[in-house]
Amino acid sequence: METLHMGDYDVAVIGAGHAGVEAALAAARLGCSTVLFTISLDFIANMPCNPSIGGTAKGHLVREIDALGGQMGLAADATFLQSRMLNRGKGPAVHSLRVQSDRVAYHTYMKQVVESQPGLEVKQAEIVDIVVQDHRVTGVVTKLGAVYGCKKAIIASGTFLNAVVYVGDSAYRSGPDESRGADELSAALVREGLVLRRFKTGTPARVHRRSIDFSKLEPQDGDEQVVPFSFACQRQLKNQVRCYVAYTNERTHQLIRENIHRSPLYGGKIEGIGPRYCPSIEDKVMRFADKPRHQIFVEPCGLSTDEYYLQGMSSSLPVDVQLQMYRTIEGFEHIEIMRHAYAIEYDCVDPTQLDPTLACKQIEGLYGAGQFNGSSGYEEAAAQGLVAGINAALTVKGKEPLVLDRSSSYIGTLIDDLVTKGVSDPYRMMTSRSEYRLILRQDNADSRLTPIGHEIGLISEERYAALREKERMIAQEIARLAAVSVGPTSAVNSLLEELGTVPLTSGAKLADLLRRPQVCYNALAPIDPQRPPLPAAVREQVEITLKYEGYIRRQKQQVEQMQKLEKKLLPPDIDYTQMAGLRLEAREKLQRIRPLNVGQASRISGVSPADISVLLIWMSQRAQGGE
Amino acid sequence: MDTTIAAIATPLAMGGVGMIRISGPESYEIAGKVFSPVSGKDVRQQKGYTALFGHIHDRGRTVDEAVALFFRAPHSYTGEDVVELSCHGGVAVLREVLRCVLDAGAVMAGPGEFSKRAVLGGKMTLTQAEGVMELISAKTRQGAAAALSAMDGRLYRTTSAIKQSLLEVAAQMAAYVDYPDEDIPDLEGQVLGKTLALAEDRLAALLDSFDTGKMLQQGIETAIVGRPNVGKSTLMNLLAGCDKSIVTQIPGTTRDVVEEVVELGEVVLRLADTAGLRETDDPVERIGVERSVQKLDRAALILALFDYSTPLAGEDWELLEKIAGRPAVVVVNKTDLPCAIDLDELREKVPQVVLMQASSGQGLEELQQAIYTATALGHLDMDSGVLVGERQRQSAVQALAAVRGARQALQMGMTYDAVAVDIDAAVEALSELTGESASQQVIDTVFANFCVGK
Repeated sequence: METLHMGDYDVAVIGAGHAGVEAALAAARLGCSTVLFTISLDFIANMPCNPSIGGTAKGHLVREIDALGGQMGLAADATFLQSRMLNRGKGPAVHSLRVQSDRVAYHTYMKQVVESQPGLEVKQAEIVDIVVQDHRVTGVVTKLGAVYGCKKAIIASGTFLNAVVYVGDSAYRSGPDESRGADELSAALVREGLVLRRFKTGTPARVHRRSIDFSKLEPQDGDEQVVPFSFACQRQLKNQVRCYVAYTNERTHQLIRENIHRSPLYGGKIEGIGPRYCPSIEDKVMRFADKPRHQIFVEPCGLSTDEYYLQGMSSSLPVDVQLQMYRTIEGFEHIEIMRHAYAIEYDCVDPTQLDPTLACKQIEGLYGAGQFNGSSGYEEAAAQGLVAGINAALTVKGKEPLVLDRSSSYIGTLIDDLVTKGVSDPYRMMTSRSEYRLILRQDNADSRLTPIGHEIGLISEERYAALREKERMIAQEIARLAAVSVGPTSAVNSLLEELGTVPLTSGAKLADLLRRPQVCYNALAPIDPQRPPLPAAVREQVEITLKYEGYIRRQKQQVEQMQKLEKKLLPPDIDYTQMAGLRLEAREKLQRIRPLNVGQASRISGVSPADISVLLIWMSQRAQGGE
Repeated sequence: MDTTIAAIATPLAMGGVGMIRISGPESYEIAGKVFSPVSGKDVRQQKGYTALFGHIHDRGRTVDEAVALFFRAPHSYTGEDVVELSCHGGVAVLREVLRCVLDAGAVMAGPGEFSKRAVLGGKMTLTQAEGVMELISAKTRQGAAAALSAMDGRLYRTTSAIKQSLLEVAAQMAAYVDYPDEDIPDLEGQVLGKTLALAEDRLAALLDSFDTGKMLQQGIETAIVGRPNVGKSTLMNLLAGCDKSIVTQIPGTTRDVVEEVVELGEVVLRLADTAGLRETDDPVERIGVERSVQKLDRAALILALFDYSTPLAGEDWELLEKIAGRPAVVVVNKTDLPCAIDLDELREKVPQVVLMQASSGQGLEELQQAIYTATALGHLDMDSGVLVGERQRQSAVQALAAVRGARQALQMGMTYDAVAVDIDAAVEALSELTGESASQQVIDTVFANFCVGK
């Protein structure tokens, strides 16, 4: 086909899902001429699975995206239906925000944001090829033969690459939500030397509201005091809907067991590797045979639709089994399925081919983000999209790229896990993945990342100043509490006893009282008449900082240790195969993954502490030799 | 470098004087805790290039006499503050002193770590540094072999069991916080407290019994190998002084590995009598042969047996290839029968060759002499075995502290996210030998034990 040159851009983004949108917005906001491609403009920021943002660890990611200058938190606040702070009472490190979203409103909101972003062009087109010259990407090609020149290309293809949908015996080429898949780009990537793999995921049915007997389900309400995702959100948010919980029963399980041979997964048709944390209902029933029931969350998809999402019931069983299966559930006796549950299999990249800036190591200017990188989830995708967009833009501008280390954020942990350890199944963020979770809380994402976002240029002066003011108030209040003493008066001691902690025998600082697990900041009000009026977010930080001081200090020491190794940069031209003293496995892994620094090297599986010693000695030798 | 490291810096073979080196910013502080000079001087104030005579003590009990040598940074081997404690030799005493030093706050040095610090501290030339890289990798290989062999041990099995119980708790906590909407059973403080208390008791008991049990008796890991019916069990019984292995004339009688600790003069051997090396169809015997091969790979010293009355055959040659260049003694047994073996060929492959008649004990003295020579050649790395034991103990100490921290936090009423930090630390400490990361193990356990997900 004749090549039709359609213009030149700094950054081209392939795919306008949650990763692509963040990537394109970040690049354009940092002053790069940017073009965003999507197979359909009607799928921008689509939620083909759960109409929900946040959840454990994912909520952390959204707050971090917001703190760094991304869009997801603002979009979620603007379009949520119900909000809950999960894990209240289990400790501040694991508090996680989760909202039920209006799927249609979310898409419309994000579409408008990208449409109104100066410097960003949005185009409906399937990208079928990338142009690579001298190991460097110079353009992308659409199905109609149009060539768009670019300095950087970010692949955020989600589950679209060579996508195949499975329902029972039926299998057909299709993207999510009956969209057209992208069947040509994979071959181009393989031609350029990338190693691809096949993953799968699945989604439950959508059912009609009128067919659910809500009187038989358990209602689930949102929080009375809604906490927004965005640190910039000042308005009072209100819940608009109720969600419900239903349960499977022995009849459901019986039906699944009888029909399991008709599942493409159990019949061996699907070769893709599914996420462990997101098992289909067939998986749950077969693997945990002794569980008498499984939960199903019944969640509205939006205010403008009667579709309901059945969280916990993803399946790839044939349509007749699906209908019978759902109808065994109390409250679903007359259920009307609007969209069937399905499994989808797709191509993604082995993420160890990327570096911690999310740039591809073998093709300059090519970046990957989201499910293409082997992750799963809208929030994981958006986080990577933001980082890829930032780094594409920074390098266009000739600036140092951004690498977020594990101690900075869940975003940094996510990316480090992907590019250093690789993935064996679609990667979901979990709080247990972070070794620094007491300092990487969702409540302090702003103080961790907003200064970085400001330096990059994604955070406004105004927002940065607000953070500085908040931090000033926190420090001042902590200093005041450390200075003010109370005596063992009857007022003090009766309050302490009431709170379930031991009374005082001599004077104590207010800060020391607050360190007791049973005592919270607000409860001390009666014996602290001089306290200034402070915003809730400031009071929260004061309390957490004091109460978890010992743990926070310990984790910060671990961080310092880690950062020493993180600061030892490994020159890009090392030939590990020639390095005496490294074990064979370590040589191969290091040569392939090419870590940026010794810290990253130490986290590669198969690289031992002794190999790290050898690396350190080699580096000191090289430094001496260079003098 | 922030940590202060310590290790036994002299070979652990036999008698004489042994030395423990402590290097790092805290070395004077740590030496001051375990060493009391007779002169009553304050160790912490000691100048470099000086020596003091005194005693090593452990909680009030005198362990050994020692001479302490002091070096001040940068004038030391590593370029850091260094204290060297020279004690009476002997594996047991040196280990005890090392333990006191570790308990006082030092961290066990990694393979070649003193040399590594010397390089990083600019105390070595480039050529020397290259040697250090080789040394680290060689030591690591030996250490890995020793670690593998330690995994057969009771200590490892006990710590693994404790780790497993902590891992299950950690996984339940992780599932509980990562999947709040799933019907994961509520974590009850009481149950958690009980599990932690049990882990604490077991770790404490383990540390108490660390010295007393035979399981830890150190010695040179020695494998007795050879074709079936060449007299391995007879030699084992001779050395052990009792009938431990079943001695019969039917090839393949010893179907498993039999172990015994024996003292041979000054050398302590941990003997493993193995099933004869040969191709076999018997599945039980085949397992025995596989274990023999493992033992052979891991052994620090090999006693290879050959039959005086039989010419060298295919399996003998394979064995000779395997042991060439390693610390080994060739024992040619059954000298009471007519000679059919080519002794010169044997001597070409392995320098130490002893003729004996194991059934009568004839040649035992020569064997003893040959073992001395083989072990004194310096090829033998006995440190790794001892170090693995000490490392495991050190992990147990760290794990115990972490479990206590977790219990304390729980009793104080701290939230589970804080308690979990200590439980993870305990799992991490107990995973030291295998090097698995705690977080990965916790996540794997979550998915194995709980039905979670959307």
